[in-house]
Amino acid sequence: MTSVTATKRSGPDDPHGGRSGRDGHGGQGGRPRKGWRPGPPGPPRGKAFGDRAAWFLVLPALIPILILSVGPLLYGIALAFTDAQSGRTRSTQWIGTLNFQDLLHDTLFWDSFRIGLVWAVGVTVPQFLLALGLALLLNQNLRLRWLARALAIVPWAMPEVVVGIMWRLVYNPDAGILNETIRDLGLGDGRDWLTGLATALPAVILVGIWAGMPQTTVALLAGLQNTPRELHEAAALDGAGAWRRFRTVTWPAIKPIALAISALNLIWNFNSFALVYVLTSGGPGGRTRLPMLFAYEEAFRYGQFGYAAAMGCVMVAVISVLLALYLVGRLRGGEDR
Amino acid sequence: MRRAPERRGPMRRGLLTRGAPDRESTGLRTGRAARAGQYLALLAYLVFLAFPFVWLISTAFKPARELGSLHPTWIPENPTLDNFRQAFDEQPLLQAAGNSLVAAVSAALIAVVIATPMAYVMARHRGRLATAATGWVVVSQAFPFVLVIIPLFLILKNLHLINTLWGLILVYVVWSLPFALWMLAGYVRAVPTELEEAAAVDGAGRVRTLVSVVAPLLAPGIVATALFAFITAWNEFFFALVLLKTPEKQTLPVVLTHFLGAEGVADLGPLAAAAFLATLPSLVLFAFIQRRITGGMTAGAVKH
Repeated sequence: MTSVTATKRSGPDDPHGGRSGRDGHGGQGGRPRKGWRPGPPGPPRGKAFGDRAAWFLVLPALIPILILSVGPLLYGIALAFTDAQSGRTRSTQWIGTLNFQDLLHDTLFWDSFRIGLVWAVGVTVPQFLLALGLALLLNQNLRLRWLARALAIVPWAMPEVVVGIMWRLVYNPDAGILNETIRDLGLGDGRDWLTGLATALPAVILVGIWAGMPQTTVALLAGLQNTPRELHEAAALDGAGAWRRFRTVTWPAIKPIALAISALNLIWNFNSFALVYVLTSGGPGGRTRLPMLFAYEEAFRYGQFGYAAAMGCVMVAVISVLLALYLVGRLRGGEDR
Repeated sequence: MRRAPERRGPMRRGLLTRGAPDRESTGLRTGRAARAGQYLALLAYLVFLAFPFVWLISTAFKPARELGSLHPTWIPENPTLDNFRQAFDEQPLLQAAGNSLVAAVSAALIAVVIATPMAYVMARHRGRLATAATGWVVVSQAFPFVLVIIPLFLILKNLHLINTLWGLILVYVVWSLPFALWMLAGYVRAVPTELEEAAAVDGAGRVRTLVSVVAPLLAPGIVATALFAFITAWNEFFFALVLLKTPEKQTLPVVLTHFLGAEGVADLGPLAAAAFLATLPSLVLFAFIQRRITGGMTAGAVKH
């Protein structure tokens, strides 16, 4: 969306209204020119960068981005207001908000939406807490830390489809290791985790947590390594216990990263598709049918392009609002302290 | 490497803060107990993270009889390669791997070739163009696939690129750009500007400077970014599922799902064997670039 602005740069706040006099490599003496935003504080970045050169360098990436990223997004929003279907000869009509009105009464969609929210929150929150614990451990001077760090990111490198297959083998009612362990421990016979009405959603949520651990851990670990050690030592000198030191030194330092990664995780998880597609295909009885799976079926099994696009719009809108509330709330909470 | 603060904390405290001896000694004792607890916790994490993969490997090497047994074991009693043979017989794995390879290599190469100049502008230019590019990188992380996939399908259909690897490659290029730009811009910022100034004094333009001064210095970063783009494309499933229809064109992740069958009753041995093989390239490459990726990601994310 933002890159749309890149195509119409001659906005009202541009005194030159065009590129004339701003291209080339002028900038003698490093004097800031009109129409250039002053850079953020820091060392001066050499001489001014010509606009023509900048456009030339950006263009090879910009064209594909406009055609295959920005374009489709706008096209998708437009589709939501049409009756587009696959394989139809009659031309597509504008139908206003009819798709959205239908969607409002589509209980199947809202069931799926609710499942999607449970899934997204159910994965993101435990994942964050577990990753924070792991990052704190990996930040300690423990032996075999290198091995732990290497193993901790293995799930990141795996195709999502393989992650799904792997966990199907774990959950397999007869040949799976989970039920075998349960039998060994004398806790009963185990169950068919992925097809049980009550266990399917928790079972896929566990896989979601497992699969996203590495990214979250790596991001938090980076934040931890940027915490000033002197502060830690000073707090320790003042007799602050581990928890107090975490609350007063560590958490404030990693809070921006923690917010960013948990917000991203929430979006990524809500948009998740491959894992659940492989694990349950949305079953049993729609208990794990995430909104992405629902929209995929609507579009590519039943060919309802317009209706599926409307679903996409609703998903994006609701998630944006929730995220905005979350971020505003968190940031405010930080100011009060 | 970084030393844990706990190690020094209590001892120093003993010297400097008097009048709290009991707290002092308990602090030291819990320090040791805490260390043991930390190792225990780390062990628990490692078991949790590693056991599914160990189980996958174990299943891949088990003969059919052991797979049918009601008491499966961690280590196959009679390890066999039958599952691998059967996997290649059941599905066109070689062809699928070939498709995946073509798609991932092309996407990775094209992505770094077009991303490097743009990343250079993002890192060095001080205009709205660079701001807009950075904005797109951030927003695209939150891009709703569901809203983009239908128009993409229709656009590629109009371009007659549906059910072709080229269509998929184009999508992968654009899809891997945000991360590539983020990484590369971070690497560019690490290059000292003096070199570029020297090149400018010698009369080199921006493009010339990028090609002959900056790009060689970026080479390790460019390789790491290309490898990451390769892994992303190699692993990708959703776009491949929607855009490729005929089995001869499909990539490895899509073909893997064919093992699952309609009712999800899968032949476990070959399924595990194929899944294991499909993971190997990503794992090996990831081991190579692990340090660079985690470093580059955070170089962009953390302000100094």
